[in-house]
Amino acid sequence: MLKFYFALWVSKFSSLIFRILAKVSSRKGTNLPGQIALNICPDFLTKVGKPEKIIAVTGTNGKTTTANFVSNILEDNGKRVINNRAGSNIASGIATALLSGVGLRNKTKGDVAVLEVDERSAPRVFPYVHPDYFVITNLLRDTTNREPHPHFVFELFDKSLPDTTLMVLNGDDILASRLKKDNKRLYYGIESLDGDRDSSFNIINDMRVCPECHTPLEFSHVRYNHIGKVKCPSCGLCSPEADFDLKAIDLKDRKITVRESDGDKTYPLISESSFHLYDELAAIAVLRAYGLSSDEVAASFSKLKVLESRYREDVIGGVKVVAHMAKGQTAPACSVVFDHVRGLEGKKEIVLAIEDAHKNIHSSENMAFLYDTDFEFLNDDDIERIVVVGVRAKDILCRLLIAGIPAEKIATVESEDDILDVLELREGLDVYILYEVYQIVIYNKIKALIERAMEGKADEN
Amino acid sequence: MKIEVLFPDVANLYGDLYNVKYLAQCADCEVINTGLNDAPAFLSEKVDMICMSPMPEFAQELAVKKLAPYKDRLKKLIADGTVFFVTGNALEIFGQYIENEDKSRVECLGLFDTYAKRDMLNRYNALFLGEFGEMKIAGFKAQFSHSYGGDNTDRLFKRIKGAGLNPDDDGEGIRVNNFFGTYLIGPLLVMNPDFTKYLLKLAGAEVKSLRFEAEIRSAYEQRLKEFEKPDIELA
Repeated sequence: MLKFYFALWVSKFSSLIFRILAKVSSRKGTNLPGQIALNICPDFLTKVGKPEKIIAVTGTNGKTTTANFVSNILEDNGKRVINNRAGSNIASGIATALLSGVGLRNKTKGDVAVLEVDERSAPRVFPYVHPDYFVITNLLRDTTNREPHPHFVFELFDKSLPDTTLMVLNGDDILASRLKKDNKRLYYGIESLDGDRDSSFNIINDMRVCPECHTPLEFSHVRYNHIGKVKCPSCGLCSPEADFDLKAIDLKDRKITVRESDGDKTYPLISESSFHLYDELAAIAVLRAYGLSSDEVAASFSKLKVLESRYREDVIGGVKVVAHMAKGQTAPACSVVFDHVRGLEGKKEIVLAIEDAHKNIHSSENMAFLYDTDFEFLNDDDIERIVVVGVRAKDILCRLLIAGIPAEKIATVESEDDILDVLELREGLDVYILYEVYQIVIYNKIKALIERAMEGKADEN
Repeated sequence: MKIEVLFPDVANLYGDLYNVKYLAQCADCEVINTGLNDAPAFLSEKVDMICMSPMPEFAQELAVKKLAPYKDRLKKLIADGTVFFVTGNALEIFGQYIENEDKSRVECLGLFDTYAKRDMLNRYNALFLGEFGEMKIAGFKAQFSHSYGGDNTDRLFKRIKGAGLNPDDDGEGIRVNNFFGTYLIGPLLVMNPDFTKYLLKLAGAEVKSLRFEAEIRSAYEQRLKEFEKPDIELA
């Protein structure tokens, strides 16, 4: 234990120093204290004091949003929550969060830990930190360089999670719902929605064949990729029945109705995007399993919204400008955004800023993900123009052409500084800026340019 | 031209299926998608090109099981000069075996004397620049396994940047007659217009120009310039 306490005190001291430095430089938290602790004491995660309950949240898409929902609602209900939202979701980030939650004598100061866990970190986290609840949003294809396919991630979780963890699973994900088959489990799911399809419509569907007998699976409805209700015509394998079943959405009053074991419950609708609906449902399921009442969860949800950095709408000089994050290198995330945008009413102009390594002259990006992404969705009459921004604009242009989008609809600019040369700004033509997570700077720059242009137009009038 | 795509229901990673979709936009061709539960078309009719894309590890075992009864037919097709275009870990299926970290083995078709070794905790990602005759080839690598051996095969590309068939090999991929197997993943044929023209000609569908050739070539030239920089790295 001597090594452990040495690690704890050194890392807590370093944490204090980093906090002071972060305040001075206005920078975000770091996971270095946790890294120091793990370097000194490799089994630090086993020994560090932990709250009575641990909730682990993961999934290809939506884990940050879901973990934030869970943390915020627990805090709103008076729980002392330890979480890793200030740092990272890898082992060192989790160590940093847990060490910040104990005193020098290793006594926990929290009631519950909410830990967002990166998929590839599972083998380095779960042998040491045993979650009481494991929440997964989905298992989809992610970045080519990290995770080749969701079956790989499935194996990581299935092998590393303890047998005692209560699994809170997306029942509409036939892959994720099969994790830790012998563990106790709860499923959440969504009944049929407007816009559901009755067969697979994305380029990517990682569950085309039955995982048991390899017969082609039949979908009764598909939301995106392999997310939906499914049945094997040969062996009878099918989507599990949901314990938290979203049965109705009231867009007018912004409410959702969820069928639970003790009757129908109503919660505020946070976002109508199907990605976020699942995030909200996942949070509801685990919070209810943890012991909060539906009223407590609903009251806290009414104070929440999806992070503005991921979605926002502005009207600038009469032109609607929408920012929507479309995580680069992640085909399913981009495809869902493309599908969502094409389904919205009105004439649109799309700005694509989805490359990852903007303007770094010493690196080049693997652009294979473009061909897993459904650019065909952008071939829509209401999309009048597509403007591609960035050094990879030529690659994206080729992809758009192969997707069947007429060349005359497409413009490319290497730098966002030149965007006004090709962007048409007029009332009734909504501008959608679809940006990679690291390209928020570009979005801000484009927005500022649009603001300046519209001010100029107003002055002329 | 008739192209058969083997097992696109499971062998469909990294957008590689667009190699064939792009060929279909460039030349007059019929594409036959053969699922895991279908009988391969190459058994009953003449196909000009057989393609297989990268897949999850469990699917490699399914593909081997599915193709094992037709090993002799495949051997004959390769010997007779049918064009095969096999990418990513799909090429491992044609070798002797795939070895897991615990030394257990997945027996493969054994058409070539290559063998593969998996290292599922260490992914190899790289930019690749190589040569095919006078042509420059640009591509991406993203894989958990490498292949070794292969005395009865030629290497497909001469390596300039990025690993070959394995990190110690100066050649990339496998070439036997018109069998082209490479670890390069993604839209290789969209990215390399001259190689695409060469393949089409070999398969009997010579074209004067490719679909969107000006744009494809412009992107290719930009990428070659980047990849030829000595200090360029994968982002």
